[in-house]
Amino acid sequence: MSIQAMLRVERLTKTYGTAAGPLTVLHEASFELEAGASMAIVGPSGSGKTTLLGLCAGLDRATGGSIDLAGERLDSLDEDERARVRNESVGFVFQNFQLIPTLTALENVLVPLELRGERGCEPQGRELLERVGLAARADHYPVQLSGGEQQRIALARAFINRPKILFCDEPTGNLDGDTAGSMVELIFGLNRERGTTLVLVTHNFELAGRCQRILRLRNGAVASDERTPGAA
Amino acid sequence: MNFILKMAWRDSRASRRRLFLYSLSVVLGIAALVSIGSFSANVRQAIQAEAKGLLGADLFVTAPAPLGAPVTDYLGSLGGEVSREQMFSSMMTFPEANRLRLVQVHAVEGGFPFYGAFETDPAGAPGRLRAGGNVVILEPTLLAQFGLRVGDRVKLGTTLFTVIGAVRKVPGESPGVAMMAPRAYIPMASLAATGLAGREALARYRAMVRLPAGRDPDGVIREMKERFPAIRLSFETVEERKRNLGRALANLDGFLSLVGFVALVLGGIGVSSALHAYVREKIATVAVLRCLGASARQSFAVYMAQGLALGLAGACAGGALGVAVQKGLPALVRGMLPISVDFFVSWPALLRGTGAGVVICLLFSLLPLLSVRRIPPLAALRSAVAERVGMAPDPWRLAIIASIAAAIAGFAVWQTGKISVGLGFAGMLGLGFGVLLGLAHAVAWAARRFVPRGLPYVVRQGFANLHRPNNRTVLLLLSLGLGTFLVLTLFLVRTTLLREIQGSGAAGRPNLIFFDIQDDQIDPMERVASAAGSPVVERAPIVTMRIGSVRGVTVEKLLANKGAGLPDWTLRREYRSTFRGRLSSTEKVVEGAFVGRADPGAGPVPVSVEEGLAREMHLHIGDEIDWDVQGLPVRSRVGSIRAVEWRRMEPNFFVVFPEGVLEGAPKTYVAALITASPADSARVQRAVVDQFPNVTAIDLGLVVETLDGIFSKVAFAVQFMALFTVATGLVVLAGAVLTGRHQRIRETVLLRTLGATRRQVALIQLVEYAVLGMQAAVVGGLLAVAGNALLARFVFHIPATASIGQVAAAVAGVAVLTVATGFIAGRGVVDHPPLEILRQET
Ligand SMILES: Nc1ncnc2c1ncn2[C@@H]1O[C@H](COP(=O)(O)OP(=O)(O)O)[C@@H](O)[C@H]1O
Ligand SMILES: [Mg+2]
Repeated sequence: MSIQAMLRVERLTKTYGTAAGPLTVLHEASFELEAGASMAIVGPSGSGKTTLLGLCAGLDRATGGSIDLAGERLDSLDEDERARVRNESVGFVFQNFQLIPTLTALENVLVPLELRGERGCEPQGRELLERVGLAARADHYPVQLSGGEQQRIALARAFINRPKILFCDEPTGNLDGDTAGSMVELIFGLNRERGTTLVLVTHNFELAGRCQRILRLRNGAVASDERTPGAA
Repeated sequence: MNFILKMAWRDSRASRRRLFLYSLSVVLGIAALVSIGSFSANVRQAIQAEAKGLLGADLFVTAPAPLGAPVTDYLGSLGGEVSREQMFSSMMTFPEANRLRLVQVHAVEGGFPFYGAFETDPAGAPGRLRAGGNVVILEPTLLAQFGLRVGDRVKLGTTLFTVIGAVRKVPGESPGVAMMAPRAYIPMASLAATGLAGREALARYRAMVRLPAGRDPDGVIREMKERFPAIRLSFETVEERKRNLGRALANLDGFLSLVGFVALVLGGIGVSSALHAYVREKIATVAVLRCLGASARQSFAVYMAQGLALGLAGACAGGALGVAVQKGLPALVRGMLPISVDFFVSWPALLRGTGAGVVICLLFSLLPLLSVRRIPPLAALRSAVAERVGMAPDPWRLAIIASIAAAIAGFAVWQTGKISVGLGFAGMLGLGFGVLLGLAHAVAWAARRFVPRGLPYVVRQGFANLHRPNNRTVLLLLSLGLGTFLVLTLFLVRTTLLREIQGSGAAGRPNLIFFDIQDDQIDPMERVASAAGSPVVERAPIVTMRIGSVRGVTVEKLLANKGAGLPDWTLRREYRSTFRGRLSSTEKVVEGAFVGRADPGAGPVPVSVEEGLAREMHLHIGDEIDWDVQGLPVRSRVGSIRAVEWRRMEPNFFVVFPEGVLEGAPKTYVAALITASPADSARVQRAVVDQFPNVTAIDLGLVVETLDGIFSKVAFAVQFMALFTVATGLVVLAGAVLTGRHQRIRETVLLRTLGATRRQVALIQLVEYAVLGMQAAVVGGLLAVAGNALLARFVFHIPATASIGQVAAAVAGVAVLTVATGFIAGRGVVDHPPLEILRQET
């Protein structure tokens, strides 16, 4: 593994046991991503994008193969150790936002820091909310926010722990064009400011085009892996 | 830690109204536990007070000789109160009628009775008796027989006594004693003047003792046996009297323990179904927390903190509600109570209920909360968590299930005070749990496999809800099924016990006894009684006899040799035996076989001996006893040993001979009648005694009434506790159905968004709840029938009764309740605009 690789995936396989027998949804996928780089994962629905992303972020266990994330061998860690890695190094943005409905916007943003037992982190949270343009909504609950606003809160939450790598699963999939556009600007803007490595799953070719690399999945296997000419 | 508390607090903030709904279930469960426990304590206390009234004291100490100074000093030193009594038979003269009659004299002194009341007619008589002087209170039959009135004189020994009243009811007397001879109560101080003191044969001397609070009579008995080994003392306690009343009181105890146990499990069902639903709702939040790097332990701790707070708050509120019910309910039902029960808040019951409630809350909430540890972060990516195939069983889960089982069994043993019974309760519950769990899985499986495609859409959806991810099949079948099982078991046991108690009561039992009827008087006497409106319902010949020898050793030798181990009274007494061809309805052979007819020439006569006597005399089947039947020797052997229900008023006997042996011996008869009212009783007595002056009548009406009073109290206790627990159980079950309503909200809303009408949505829910409700009710009902049979057989020792109609009605009731509650719960969901809920739930 090269020194500067942030994420290295080797022969990654995921098989689900289903009522109708085992179902392999990811088949020996391999790639490597250096620190600070950005990569889009594209492919038809059901091709295994979310599965791959979830495995890379340590949200699930692979059936075979290995993942190195920020210098740690994910497949050799147990669930709680992976939770620590997620908390220290990973940010995650979901297609359906996944804010905790019972917490205010600010509280949602602060969860990763408070999980570590950090105190006095409120200013940091407000600063990030300011950065995503929602300082005024800090005390609102998710139900009081629009989809775009919720996703911006989710992005603020993903950046609060200064992650080394940010995973986004169709971050704009639930947003309209304009809102999606400003969301994309925010993602790349924050990414650049903080030197974060970025992996995102998208159907949006404009968004994919702004990444340095595009990984195509088909039926759970890597179909192609290419550099984009006009990478941001 | 800081994060955990902060998160627990913040997370609870927004869902507090819903949390309130859940805590309602917890509160109901614990309130049930507390108020049922407290009511049980009330009822136990009321029955105990009544039972104390049977004896009138905590302890009787009786001896065939005057109790010496050491004994009386010891009794005095106990710190309670002591009364004395001396009893003997003597002739009483009735100068006005110029007649004599054998009476049982009771010379009394002191404040007895300490519990219950000495009732007389007129009411003031006991006070005058205590004040002393030559006064006497007589058995009412004597007044009737000799036409005496208050103020008339009777003569005992050499002294004239003024009649001051008639006995109505006096604690301490057992009906058997009342049957021996009519009673006459005089002050102890007046005894000396009669010249009878000290001369009478077979006198008994008794101290009636009231013990200071908290002193255990059995402990006193043990100590006295140690201190005075040489004095032949016999003891009687309230507990013993209760035992003599038959199984009714012991069974009440068992029943109340069962009630407590059922309350605990109902509480557990309330708590766990609420928390289970709550945790399910929190899966998404936990998954997000996990994605953000919370460890399994941290997310578990967040919800554990909430669960604990819920449990503690629920326990406090439940305790308070329990007290409120305890305070409020009696006021509501007081007018309807057939008897008076003092309702009070039993603090021990409150503490125990709340304590048990917290423990149960903790254990039952740990179970659903444990699954929080296993919510994968992936659940944030895919909302429906796929079934986790091949996941190793969680050792913690097993440990908690084991502790719940241990806690329940421990509580059951604690409640019942008997290891076998407690474990039996817990085992029954475990069995029911297993059956229902199996059923739940079978139902889910069948719903997946066998629902015909031809059915209407809503019906298929309803069935599909039984097996789809996030289904409530297991939870509802378990809570409803177990609830039905327990509540219905309780109800059936109630019926079984009430039937038994009714059988013990006075209805259809003789309440007037005539004895000393001569051989040639019995038939004309029956005709007189019939003519007076109360026919004889039972008659028995009585042959008096004494024991000549036991197992070949003569009575003289046995008496001379104190070490023989046979109590004197068994050897000296005059036995009033009967002969007949069959057992009476109050008797049951416990050993050997009853022989109804014997040939006097064919060896020793097989006789049936009463259980208690057999124990005292160490008699076994085949032992020989020689009888002296008024000069004629009769050799017998013990052919059978009988248990006799002495509490029943029919003439009962220590020894029953077969027909064919004693017919020629001099005999008298005893006849039993049923009279409808005291006036009827007086009329029959007068008619009979007028014609046959030698015949004695004993009116058992009041004795029977006393016993009936106790039995009606027991019956009330059983009835009240059963119905109260059943009602509570239904509320808890309704709560269990209600708490799960949010689980289906999203789907329902989505269906509505897709154009389903409210009717369709409601029908889908109806099908789901109807299937679950019916299955739970039917299986719970079957389990209850089995439970009732087992309890009747092994705990209450009486035949089980279960009416098909009752079971069917209860089963239908539970099914309807489930559907109705499910329907009402669903309405809230159906009536909301979908948009609002969609936004809330995302
Ligand atoms: N828990 C599971 N059990 C069985 N199959 C699953 C499970 N989760 C996902 N799959 C299957 O894996 C495949 C890939 O899913 P996913 O990674 O979500 O695709 P994408 O994100 O590219 O649309 C799909 O065909 C899906 O049906
Ligand atoms: Mg996907």
